[in-house]
Amino acid sequence: MTIVEAILLTIVTASTPLLIAALGELVTERSGVLNLGVEGMMAMGAACSFAAAVTFDSTLIGVAAGMLAGTLMAALFALLVLGFAANQTGSGLALTILGLGLSGLIGAPFVGARRDPIAPLDIPILSDIPVVGRLFFEQDLFVYASIVLTVLVGLYLMRTRSGLTLRSIGENHTSANALGLPVWRVRFWAILFGGACAGLAGAYLALVYTRFWSPGMTAGRGWIALALVVFAAWRPGWVLVGAYIFGAATVLQLHAQAAQFGVPSQLLSAVPYLATILALLLLSIRHGRAIGAPGSLGVPFVPDR
Amino acid sequence: MRFELTPRTHVSPVMRALAPVAAFITAFLIAGFVIWLMGRSPVAAFDVYVLQPLSDPWALQELLVKATPLALIAIGLSYCFRANLWNIGAEGQYVIGAVLGGWLALKTHGTEAGAWVLPLMLLLGVIGGALYGLIPAFLKTRFGVNEILTSLMLVYVAQLILDYLVRGPWRDPKGFNFPQSVTFDPSATLHPILEGGRVHYGAVFAAIAVLVTAVVLGRTLFGYRLKLTGDAPRAARFAGFSSKATTMAVFAISGGLAGLAGISEVSGQIGQLQPSISPGYGFTAITVAFLGRLNPVGILLAALVVALTFIGGESAQILLKLPLDLTQAFQGILLMCVLAADAMVSYRIRFATRGGGK
Repeated sequence: MTIVEAILLTIVTASTPLLIAALGELVTERSGVLNLGVEGMMAMGAACSFAAAVTFDSTLIGVAAGMLAGTLMAALFALLVLGFAANQTGSGLALTILGLGLSGLIGAPFVGARRDPIAPLDIPILSDIPVVGRLFFEQDLFVYASIVLTVLVGLYLMRTRSGLTLRSIGENHTSANALGLPVWRVRFWAILFGGACAGLAGAYLALVYTRFWSPGMTAGRGWIALALVVFAAWRPGWVLVGAYIFGAATVLQLHAQAAQFGVPSQLLSAVPYLATILALLLLSIRHGRAIGAPGSLGVPFVPDR
Repeated sequence: MRFELTPRTHVSPVMRALAPVAAFITAFLIAGFVIWLMGRSPVAAFDVYVLQPLSDPWALQELLVKATPLALIAIGLSYCFRANLWNIGAEGQYVIGAVLGGWLALKTHGTEAGAWVLPLMLLLGVIGGALYGLIPAFLKTRFGVNEILTSLMLVYVAQLILDYLVRGPWRDPKGFNFPQSVTFDPSATLHPILEGGRVHYGAVFAAIAVLVTAVVLGRTLFGYRLKLTGDAPRAARFAGFSSKATTMAVFAISGGLAGLAGISEVSGQIGQLQPSISPGYGFTAITVAFLGRLNPVGILLAALVVALTFIGGESAQILLKLPLDLTQAFQGILLMCVLAADAMVSYRIRFATRGGGK
């Protein structure tokens, strides 16, 4: 394997958690709910999946535990913003603070443990194509799943009746409610879906990307996923593009650090965060304002208002 | 069965005042349950977290020391939150304030510089924090970039800047390669209020910030303008209040106060620059601001109460071997309870059964 191939492979690995988490958040936001707790749900997904995978020595159980943890965190958020019509921005922040704290409690006994790499799923014949073969057809299962998920989310939102319902609730919950659409129920499931995806992204981070657990290992990826949704103007296809651009930025700065160009490593570490700001800025300059944002995004829903 | 929410037409002031108290008690019960789940005694934890710090004079001083940055930052944030703007990057503004103020302390280190050093350091801290806070404000007003994401991203950048400086150009050459600067000179140190005590003059700044804010919010046009911008943006526009000017102003204020908190902590408490200068004050201050209902006096009380969890968390780590992350988890639960309590004050929540079984 050449160095270029190796770098391209790691870019895919770095992009996948961003893609999965951002897709989940995209569905939540399309239903009109802003969940700023992605970072916290992801951290819980990472800690719970790693703890379960080590305890039961099973990656499958680990992934299930990670998704369950993300879903439960999301359910807590749903209780606050749907049940109590609480402020969504504040509730999301609270979820992140709680998730980072709790994940520290859960992960602490597992510091130092390691998991074996997951065998890549080799698609015969296709993976023998030079350069692109290994890149596209010899990845782990999650990478394929994330691509399939992108397509499914796109099809669901744009081609199904249920997706249309979800989008109209996100655009204008008052009108949707007047039409008899179940605002509360649709949003509940959309929030849970977002949580499951964030949990899965966290599980991928701990079980595939690093294969160990350390405190604060999500390192702002949940926030980058949130930015990706804005960057993609709430369209799944563009989330895929954005996730891979960010994955590339992350991996290339790591390689630049290893190559020791004489640039401070901290400057390179700051690249993903600065790139996020730059991406949001360029997008806003081109369009004047954030385009494609659902009309009711972030507004609490109270039927009588 | 399902929830039903109806806005309350009349909200009694007693309920509004009691809501944070109820939230706090609920958060404690939940945290106690979590500790019980971890196989520890919630009663012992309550004793270590709350009762012991309150009965120990040394811990009471420590309480004021920890409450100082929390109150300063949260007071600043209350300006933003009142105008419905979300500055969640106070942690970064705190760090940059400490860096810019600390720069002067390091520049004048070992020289005969006089009494002007400390005031100028504090001023630089305010300016540093304010300028750093103005970045997301400028991006929002000029280009319409979401301030939540940019202010948060800048926290990571600020921490990396500090990390670079104390490991690189600002490292103490005689410090055995530890990533830290030289210890500040006495002329660059914020002194304790009482000789031999722990509480430094930062606490006075916090008290002044509370008083000034109480006057500004309650008695001035600017305070009214903030409230209007947050509650009724359209009305504020018709009244001729520029929302852009308001955005820049509140970010400058909150950034400046966070910067002041940063430089006060570094020059009054830590005494040098090092990679980590905050246990997350900038984020915890968000909880403090909401627990205090965005009211200056409320924030002061909330800062003292939340500071208790920091001290309790430290002693619980030593005495009960409970990890420090528990404190952070508790702060998350507390913020959730506060927001839920706020909502319960504004809405009447009914459990209704509808149409048989659905």
